[in-house]
Amino acid sequence: MSILINKDTKVITQGITGKTGQFHTEKCQEYANGKACFVAGVNPKKAGETIFDIPIFGSVKDAKQQTGATVSVIYVPPAGAADAIWEAVEAELDLVICITEGIPVRDMLMVRNRMKEKAAKGGKETLLLGPNCPGLITPGEIKIGIMPGHIHKKGRVGVVSRSGTLTYESVAQLTELGIGQSSAVGIGGDPINGLKHLDVMKLFNDDPDTDAVIMIGEIGGPDEADAALWCKANMKKPVVGFIAGVTAPAGKRMGHAGALISGGADTAEAKLAIMEECGFKVTHNPSEMGRLLKSLL
Amino acid sequence: MKIHEYQGKELLRKYGVTVPRGVYCQTVDEAVQAAQRLGGKVWVVKAQIHAGGRGKGGGVKVAKSLDDVRQYAGQILGMQLITHQTSPQGQKVRRLLVEEGADIKKEYYVAALTDRASQKVVMMASSEGGMEIEEVAHATPEKILKAFVDPLVGLTDAQAAKLATGIGIPEASVPQAVALLKGLYTCYMETDASLAEINPLILEGDGTIKALDAKFNFDDNALYRQEAICAYRDLDEEDPNEIEASKFGLAYISLDGNIGCLVNGAGLAMATMDVIKLFGGEPANFLDVGGGATTEKVTEAFKIMLGNRNVEGILVNIFGGIMKCDTIANGVMAAVRETHLNVPLVVRMKGTNEELGKQLLRDSGLPIISADTMAEAAEKIVAAVK
Repeated sequence: MSILINKDTKVITQGITGKTGQFHTEKCQEYANGKACFVAGVNPKKAGETIFDIPIFGSVKDAKQQTGATVSVIYVPPAGAADAIWEAVEAELDLVICITEGIPVRDMLMVRNRMKEKAAKGGKETLLLGPNCPGLITPGEIKIGIMPGHIHKKGRVGVVSRSGTLTYESVAQLTELGIGQSSAVGIGGDPINGLKHLDVMKLFNDDPDTDAVIMIGEIGGPDEADAALWCKANMKKPVVGFIAGVTAPAGKRMGHAGALISGGADTAEAKLAIMEECGFKVTHNPSEMGRLLKSLL
Repeated sequence: MKIHEYQGKELLRKYGVTVPRGVYCQTVDEAVQAAQRLGGKVWVVKAQIHAGGRGKGGGVKVAKSLDDVRQYAGQILGMQLITHQTSPQGQKVRRLLVEEGADIKKEYYVAALTDRASQKVVMMASSEGGMEIEEVAHATPEKILKAFVDPLVGLTDAQAAKLATGIGIPEASVPQAVALLKGLYTCYMETDASLAEINPLILEGDGTIKALDAKFNFDDNALYRQEAICAYRDLDEEDPNEIEASKFGLAYISLDGNIGCLVNGAGLAMATMDVIKLFGGEPANFLDVGGGATTEKVTEAFKIMLGNRNVEGILVNIFGGIMKCDTIANGVMAAVRETHLNVPLVVRMKGTNEELGKQLLRDSGLPIISADTMAEAAEKIVAAVK
């Protein structure tokens, strides 16, 4: 089937009345089962109104109670985005997808620790995807986020990446080769985020409808290496790996806040070496991700 | 965003961290007057640039007379200071910090930063002060102590005391060190810093604990709420091309190669640089045009790339998602015309309205080389600049 979301998922859009929120909500509605999936919007000042036939509620809690939605997607501007995440967590949703780019790191640090504290005290654990991510899609069923729907094809390969356009690149290569995707997940390029490569790899490993995975990473941080080490011991499916930033100099932030080489263990070459050592088929050529995956099927 | 040492010390002082008395100067005369005002017999004349390794590069001198101060200030001001963190040409010194001398008995290292794996703030401390912490981490990792701080709780007295005793601060000075570490932590959090480093932290003969240097980085995403920090920005220390690019919402970083690249998305931009290298070329820059690549943005991006004299060819790699390929094609054509482009240009477009975009480029009559894949695009541009 897929991971995290499917055609029956009910979604709340936080920031639905802003320019970005409106634009993408319309696209998401148009994709596959979107009309039935996007059931609520949130804006305290516009509660009771509708947009694209979607009812707007005053809070996430109200929206959840009235519609039974379990997932939210956030397009709220950076200064209020962490509060929007917390509102969704307090409303006890299953999954929050934060698209917003440019959230202060301290805000993410605080909200992530509040989330962990809540779960540690026995409260419901809400999963977070992002921030600064394209969202996720289960082709042919539902798209939540800003990725172009038409490049995807329903199928059995999972994709996980920090970068939006690099996810699209790999998805398009697969689709051109006639290989469909089970789910494609953008985890985002920020240093403090929710689901990591490792979490998504576990989900793909457990998903009976995913046969193989493309895992794409970047310079900076330990996440790809952590995922690779877990896969070495546990992953039952073939994995193709690519890391962007072989040519990136140390100490320079390459666009993404998280794409910054700090130590030496987080260079692209170091990560590629660990991934290869852990049984991934790695490539230095991003044009080859699709073909390499095909060779493993 | 980075700031100067004298600014970092000003910040630390606000948070109760003891720093040497010092005066910020821009001329030799100011430096001599500063030394006179500070009094004493020993002064330190320190170049203020946004790069580490200043001492080794000759940017920090200990003066034992006012004549020394005059001589050293004259030598340092205006010099091209070359360190392992500057470009090979070095960074021009425009500012000085003149400080009272310190009675150094022992040097330590302390820093605050955010750990992405644990999602906590890490307070790091080491007995090996005055050295590059990367070297310490490599040679004697056991000499770096860490306290993981829950931001919902803050740095506790117990954590701070454990760090202070752990790195060998004498018992009598531990309470001072605890206060200092807590001040550093609060400063780090309240200013939205991404790194706050004191190296060295010193113990003086009389037991005083002092910050002899201060290095800060700040989270660019939070600058909107940090007016006082923004006022510290020194554009002289930044790459003018990167400043120009940021005005147009472009993320640009100069590199050493000869192939300019214009890409949408940070990950794809890095991957494009990599594939150029893979086919034997060298990228001249990282450039992410972001989501809404309008004609104006693409034109500015071309101007900024071409401002680099080393650029002998350009590779445009766009994955049209929300942004349509025909829009990009129009932007590229306008940019080529406006900049009177006279270096080879390879364009690779993929995604929404791909065929329409390619058709527009073909019909334009402009010498644009088209490519289908990233690899083909890289091969073609590398061949074209050879």
